[in-house]
Amino acid sequence: MAVISRGFGSRRRESDASLPPGQYLTQDFPVLSAGPTPRIDTADWEFSITNETGVVSKWNWEQLHALPIEDIGTDIHCVTRWSKLGTHWRGVSLDTLFKDVDTTYEYTMAHCYGGYTTNIPLADLLDGKAWIAFDFDGEDLDPEHGGPARLLVPHLYFWKSAKWIKGLQMLPQDQPGFWEQNGYNMYGDPWQEQRYW
Amino acid sequence: MTGTVKAVRAETESARSLDIEVPGWRGNIAGQHVDVRLTAEDGYQAVRSYSLASSGSGEQLQLAVDKLPDGEVSPYLVDDVMPGDLLEIRGPLGGWFIWQPSLAGPVQLIAGGSGVVPLMAMIRSRAQSDSTAPFRLLYSVRNPDDVFFRSELEAPTPGLDVTWAYTRATPPGWPRPAGRVTGDDLSAHCFPASDDPAVFVCGPTGFVEAVANALVLLGHDPGRVKTERFGGA
Repeated sequence: MAVISRGFGSRRRESDASLPPGQYLTQDFPVLSAGPTPRIDTADWEFSITNETGVVSKWNWEQLHALPIEDIGTDIHCVTRWSKLGTHWRGVSLDTLFKDVDTTYEYTMAHCYGGYTTNIPLADLLDGKAWIAFDFDGEDLDPEHGGPARLLVPHLYFWKSAKWIKGLQMLPQDQPGFWEQNGYNMYGDPWQEQRYW
Repeated sequence: MTGTVKAVRAETESARSLDIEVPGWRGNIAGQHVDVRLTAEDGYQAVRSYSLASSGSGEQLQLAVDKLPDGEVSPYLVDDVMPGDLLEIRGPLGGWFIWQPSLAGPVQLIAGGSGVVPLMAMIRSRAQSDSTAPFRLLYSVRNPDDVFFRSELEAPTPGLDVTWAYTRATPPGWPRPAGRVTGDDLSAHCFPASDDPAVFVCGPTGFVEAVANALVLLGHDPGRVKTERFGGA
């Protein structure tokens, strides 16, 4: 039984069926980062996937851009309760990047420039569900939003869409990343409101 | 958990602090936040996160909330809530942007506006413990009227240095002209990188971005600079 807050509710926002439970709509693009924004020159940028035998698949900035680039229209949902609907991104599908990766492991850890990490099951990165994104709303992705490139996994809370992405490491079991060690849920499904431990 | 508002106090024209008693609350570490859930009479609910200005054990906690003009929860907490009202509280939450008295080294706090709230919890946590960790606070506000916790921060506290930076208007005769916090302000008033301070920066996104970038340029290890941002960019 909820406690009624006397007189609350006069300024409520319009509800929207596209919003997961407990989220509100914003037109802004708020920033959630644990520390200073790292600056990475695209000349030094590299993205890699490392499998269980230590085989590393690697792409530099030019090699990434030589792959098929997709236009992505999606809603995004931050654990801090804002959602943004109909955002536009460009990037390379993880399906493309995993095509020649030989692995039987089912979990991944995303590693980032600046040291951030987050864990994601491999199944959530495949089948058109995730990208390495470098363009937001027709512009190069701002460093504070994860540029030059971030992971984009929009069906999970946005902390899983790791900014300043550097690589994915295949893991035999799920292990907590940075926020997952600091209070956030291991999986982070916004429709199940999997925010915290 | 259900909390009862025990006292409210205006901090600025647009902000106030709320003392809330929460039976069963087991205390919190300085820097942590709570989710506050409000339910309207027709069942409509909204939840927002607020930093705690308080820390330690006990069943009383304090929030300090700044009103967002287009907000739906903060105007209620700032304008409408009265002592005796009930709020649902979940927490404490967050394990990163925290300070504990067992940490001995110097601590540099840098606040923009209402970003001072979790930093105030750290200052109070230090005061309530036997910590001798040296603390400095650089507190940026638009105008002299925008200061939270003024009397508490102006009271001399051994081991705590407070520097005020005004961005739009200063008190009369103030030596530093009004303006945004710059790298020069950080060099003049903050622990240098060579002291290896733990740095906590909290405020609006643009403020935190600028300050954190300047700290890194001044040689601070990015791994020692913890940030908490609010608002859009």
